[in-house]
Amino acid sequence: MRVLIPSALHSYTGRPWVDATGATVTALFDDLERQFPGIRFRMVDEQGQVRRHIRLFYQHAMLFDLATPLAADGELLIVQALSGG
Amino acid sequence: MSAQNTKPDHLVLLVATRKGAWLYHGDAARQSWRVDGPHFLGHIINHLVLDPRDGRTLLAAAKTGHLGPTIFRSTDLGQSWQEAAKPPAFGPAANGLAARSVDHTFWLAPGHAAEPGVWYAGTSPQGLFRSTDGGMNWAPFSCINDDPQYRQWFGTVQDGTPDGPKLHSIIVDPHDAQHLYFAMSGGGVHESRDGGQSFVPLVDGMDVVEGFDPTDISFHDPHCVRLCPSNPDRLYQQNHCGIYRLDRPGSIWVRIGRNLPTEVGDIGFPLVLHPRDDRTAWVFPMDGTEVWPRTSPGGRPAVYATRDGGSSWQRHDAGLPASQAWWTVKRQAMTADRQDSVGLYFGTTSGELWHSLDEGRQWSCLARHLPEIYAVETAYPG
Repeated sequence: MRVLIPSALHSYTGRPWVDATGATVTALFDDLERQFPGIRFRMVDEQGQVRRHIRLFYQHAMLFDLATPLAADGELLIVQALSGG
Repeated sequence: MSAQNTKPDHLVLLVATRKGAWLYHGDAARQSWRVDGPHFLGHIINHLVLDPRDGRTLLAAAKTGHLGPTIFRSTDLGQSWQEAAKPPAFGPAANGLAARSVDHTFWLAPGHAAEPGVWYAGTSPQGLFRSTDGGMNWAPFSCINDDPQYRQWFGTVQDGTPDGPKLHSIIVDPHDAQHLYFAMSGGGVHESRDGGQSFVPLVDGMDVVEGFDPTDISFHDPHCVRLCPSNPDRLYQQNHCGIYRLDRPGSIWVRIGRNLPTEVGDIGFPLVLHPRDDRTAWVFPMDGTEVWPRTSPGGRPAVYATRDGGSSWQRHDAGLPASQAWWTVKRQAMTADRQDSVGLYFGTTSGELWHSLDEGRQWSCLARHLPEIYAVETAYPG
């Protein structure tokens, strides 16, 4: 599936859209980590929690459960909220 | 830093800021400086340290806004960087305690000279980590991270400094790789004699905020602990409640800051030691009265030096602003070089880099308009 990467993580991917596979968000993040080493820990902490200002959108809705099943032809949007100075 | 693998004519200042890192390359006379940066523009860099054992491994503790923390590594003085394969991260929940996540790595410390490749890291919330491969892979180190007693001493994330409680001042005794110290804000000073398998508090003699119980380790707030390069049996400490000295094998800290002028006080964050004289130390007092403005007392910044182990203190402010300067210096943002006339360097919360080539007597501004400076280290690339 297509995955939109936030600009703060383009240093890993080199581009905003990437292709990754996974039957769940967790599996998809595993594939992203395989392709772009280091990227997962910037978005998900060591306890498996999505970091505070990272948001995931799938099928026009925000999702919070990393076990959410994904369709191979879907799109996952990863967004980093910006705040602070 | 040790003397091996160094070219004394090439001094580099490693400046870590809230918005990136800069390297200032000095000439042999320390008169002209070539700026290299920014590196990691927009990243929070809490510490930037060159390995004195090989003179080439440079580690940066980084965090990008709301992204997770990581460590970057360079072996060519920042021309290229490689991210750690496994940055510091806590393990799963253990001992019935809540699981924790590293918010940022705050402190980086190269290991003993006889253990090349070993590094230590202190994090927020408080955690101790170790790498044995030059900073590429990090693992929780020692029992403290998930020890119920230490968890109690850590307090909660609301008990520490505004951007989180920190483990800092990781010290390796140059005479004994098994002898380690670290400090926590808050949570006291701790010592290990067995290579980190166990630690015990080392807080006797240290004051706590009035009305609190000094036997409760969690109330102790050391800001910066340093071991004398010329005498590993002597430590100095800048604390939330004063300046102290400890001569081993003694275990009672002696408050040596009471002779600073009353209107200045002995509260501050950084503390710097002379590379060859264990009686000489420099501090940068700040306003710790009432609401703790954390500014230079009276808006008049000054370094204070002792040349007699803390019995007396001299004010050094020549060249610094005489009034209306309301910045201060954070705990990692002041350091010394190893030249014959020791150079001192500090970075301010307002983004200025100052230096003195005569051990603090005369100061000049080396750079302005940087982001808030978190750390300044000297380095001698090999």
